[in-house]
Amino acid sequence: MSSDVRFTDFKSDKQPTWCPGCGDFGTMNGMMKALAETGNDPDNTFVVAGIGCSGKIGTYMHSYALHGVHGRALPVGTGVKMARPDIEVMVAGGDGDGYSIGAGHFVHAVRRNVDMSYVVMDNRIYGLTKGQASPTSRSDFETSTTPEGPKQPPVNPLALALASGASFIAQSFASDALRHQEIIQEAIEHDGFGFVNVFSPCVTFNDVDTYDYFRDNLVDLQDEGHDPNDYEAAKEVILDSDKEYQGVMYQDENSVPYHEKHGVTEDMSEIPDGAPDDAMDLVREFY
Amino acid sequence: MAEDLNWAVGGEAGDGIDSTGKIFAQALARAGRHVFTSKDFASRIRGGYTAYKIRTSVEEVQSVVDRLDILVALTQRTIDENLDELHDGSAIIYDGERSWEAEIPDEMTAVDVPLKSLAEDAGGAIMRNIVALGAACEITDFDVEYLDEALEKRFGGKGSQIVENNKEAARLGQEYVAENYDLDHLGYSVETTDNDYVLLNGNEAIGMGAIAAGCRFYAGYPITPATSIMEYLTGRIEDYGGHVVQAEDELSAINMALGGARAGARAMTATSGAGIDLMTETFGLVATSETPLVIADVQRSGPSTGMPTKQEQGDLNMALYGGHGEVPRFVITPTSITECFWKTVEAFNLAEKYQTPVFLVSDLAMSVTEQTFPPEAFDMDDVEIDRGKLVDDDEEVDEWLDAQGHFRAHAVTDDGVSPRAIPGTADGAHMSTGLEHDELGRRTEDQDERVQQVDKRYRKVETAQEQEDWDYREFGDEDADNLIISWGSNEGALVEALEYLEEDGIDVRVISVPYIFPRPDLSEEIEAADDVIVVECNATGQFADLIEHDVLTRVKRINKYTGVRFKADELAEQITEQLSAEVPA
Repeated sequence: MSSDVRFTDFKSDKQPTWCPGCGDFGTMNGMMKALAETGNDPDNTFVVAGIGCSGKIGTYMHSYALHGVHGRALPVGTGVKMARPDIEVMVAGGDGDGYSIGAGHFVHAVRRNVDMSYVVMDNRIYGLTKGQASPTSRSDFETSTTPEGPKQPPVNPLALALASGASFIAQSFASDALRHQEIIQEAIEHDGFGFVNVFSPCVTFNDVDTYDYFRDNLVDLQDEGHDPNDYEAAKEVILDSDKEYQGVMYQDENSVPYHEKHGVTEDMSEIPDGAPDDAMDLVREFY
Repeated sequence: MAEDLNWAVGGEAGDGIDSTGKIFAQALARAGRHVFTSKDFASRIRGGYTAYKIRTSVEEVQSVVDRLDILVALTQRTIDENLDELHDGSAIIYDGERSWEAEIPDEMTAVDVPLKSLAEDAGGAIMRNIVALGAACEITDFDVEYLDEALEKRFGGKGSQIVENNKEAARLGQEYVAENYDLDHLGYSVETTDNDYVLLNGNEAIGMGAIAAGCRFYAGYPITPATSIMEYLTGRIEDYGGHVVQAEDELSAINMALGGARAGARAMTATSGAGIDLMTETFGLVATSETPLVIADVQRSGPSTGMPTKQEQGDLNMALYGGHGEVPRFVITPTSITECFWKTVEAFNLAEKYQTPVFLVSDLAMSVTEQTFPPEAFDMDDVEIDRGKLVDDDEEVDEWLDAQGHFRAHAVTDDGVSPRAIPGTADGAHMSTGLEHDELGRRTEDQDERVQQVDKRYRKVETAQEQEDWDYREFGDEDADNLIISWGSNEGALVEALEYLEEDGIDVRVISVPYIFPRPDLSEEIEAADDVIVVECNATGQFADLIEHDVLTRVKRINKYTGVRFKADELAEQITEQLSAEVPA
């Protein structure tokens, strides 16, 4: 790890194909800055992404990375971190990726409390398939597949995380660059699963959850004097569907990450040239 | 043919059938005898017929046969289910004091032992199965001290009192039979030798092979009959710095394993047919991202939920063709329990050398069968590790950087294999994706790059075809006109069937194939034979289809899909029948 890493070192020379103005630009910049700021470099960082606009992030960043299949980024990140506790793992996804097809994995990744960060670019719409309802779309949000709105309540990812026993729950806004970066940094530094839901507006297909909407409605928990270590207060904020919050909602001060709890501390990439020295003991067990 | 003894215990699931059988099998192995076990179990936790069968001989045994000499029957169904295999000289141990009244054919020897009350005398009714084992020792003139050793192994961890009680239970069973019956006329006696054998099943061999090969990360989801691989690794792999995760589903399991592999660990997952279906989603990603991964499929009866506790070899086509698009993979099919070990080691080497997924296709028969081997059959000194083109020093990495300093993780090479840098390797950072990509791993739809990458990935198979031995195992008479071809677990039964055929004066050459893709070219062998029969446990003859495709000629087929593995004597009979049958048009 070198100390003179700049955030641009995490940038690839591939030009993003995101729509001009897409929230994902801001989300990604914050991720890169947070990684650099927390002392990581591309050679010790692994970024996993799923499918969709958010999934392209691995191409635009420079690090060890895998662009996986739809909804399965968290299991991949889990595998990387278990095999290599020495590597910084960041998983990126979208609201469809994480809360629809990957909802099951989300619940289990949260409860495992693997020491990695999970950044969800939540634009409340399916962008890359050109504008269908997502699990976080409002119940009256009209789309090509829901002409009268989904008529069902949106998933509350923060509540889902809380119910699954999350040790770190946060929300940020891609356009509030500094706060977004700070929050991602806290997620990286958290000992355990650092979950951040990012409002990352889709300028092409979502004319409701826009930059203006969030600017007008966003409440910063820091300004409210919210104590993230207070579980009851966190519950209140997370279940409050009338407001849009940013900041760290909840952080378990006593969080023990998976690898510590399970004693998974070795670099598994290093193995002997042949069978382990005492491998015949494995055979003798069958006497 | 070796003088063998066939023994079984049967009752309801939950009666401790499995541990009773295992203890007796271990006692026989301790006595220097070869053992081959088979299990018949239902897909439920309690109730339902369950049996554990043992065939034992001083010579090697590799199959079950249609004969049962000693049966410990805890229920009437145990007798009914096995009537076909019981014969005039069979002895049936049962408990006449229990509520069911045993209906035993007159010509068989009924050995009524008060199993429950004798067990209570020894310290608890739970030991009634051990009383029965003592009784079996007396009938077969087998020294009960070998049983003591097995009891010590089994119950040693629970304290000396438990061990002593069990030994006492066995003694009481033995004495009861000695005092109340004279069974010398049955002529059973169990010879012992000084040989030391280990006793294990195919799944244990796969787990052991994985650890020996340096597998350190395993992610799986419980499914019959693959679960015991995970159970074996849990609690052992940690001793070598590894870890097992029980994932939330198979989709997660294979993706976790993929993550572990990309991080540089030798990683593995295992499942059975229904789980492979789910994993197929990620299969193409493993292949196109060129990730070394071992995926074991312990086949069971399908389709859908099929018969989860029964044998079949029905997933071959899925292993070969599963997944959308076209991706190279290796398909290896161990043919015996020792091969389960060695082919697992080989699977890890192939996966890393060629950076591809490797299907290790086993089956239920092998996974639950325990067999004895001399420990040298698993000589760990013979385990070789080849990590392929893993680049880890600056010089090596530099060689693969493009003009802008980007690592070419998917470089187009002559042999199709690219350099592999794992996280932490300086300047090796790169991305991989399931999207078609260029040499740097970045998405492309460029026609030339697409073709280059597809060709490159297939070139790995060509390289492997040239560089590796895709050999087969051979038995019987090399010059025989009759050729039998088999894959997977049928080998043992075939080898023993040869002995029956020999008695009838029929010479047969047996080829047992442990590689399905790539596979050995059998055209010469097939051309040299008059009759060619392909033996497999499925209805449609998936391997026979491949053979016909390879050599453009029709073959005869023996297919069994009852859910039960082939038996040696049954197979000999069917081969004889097929030899006089017409070749299909």
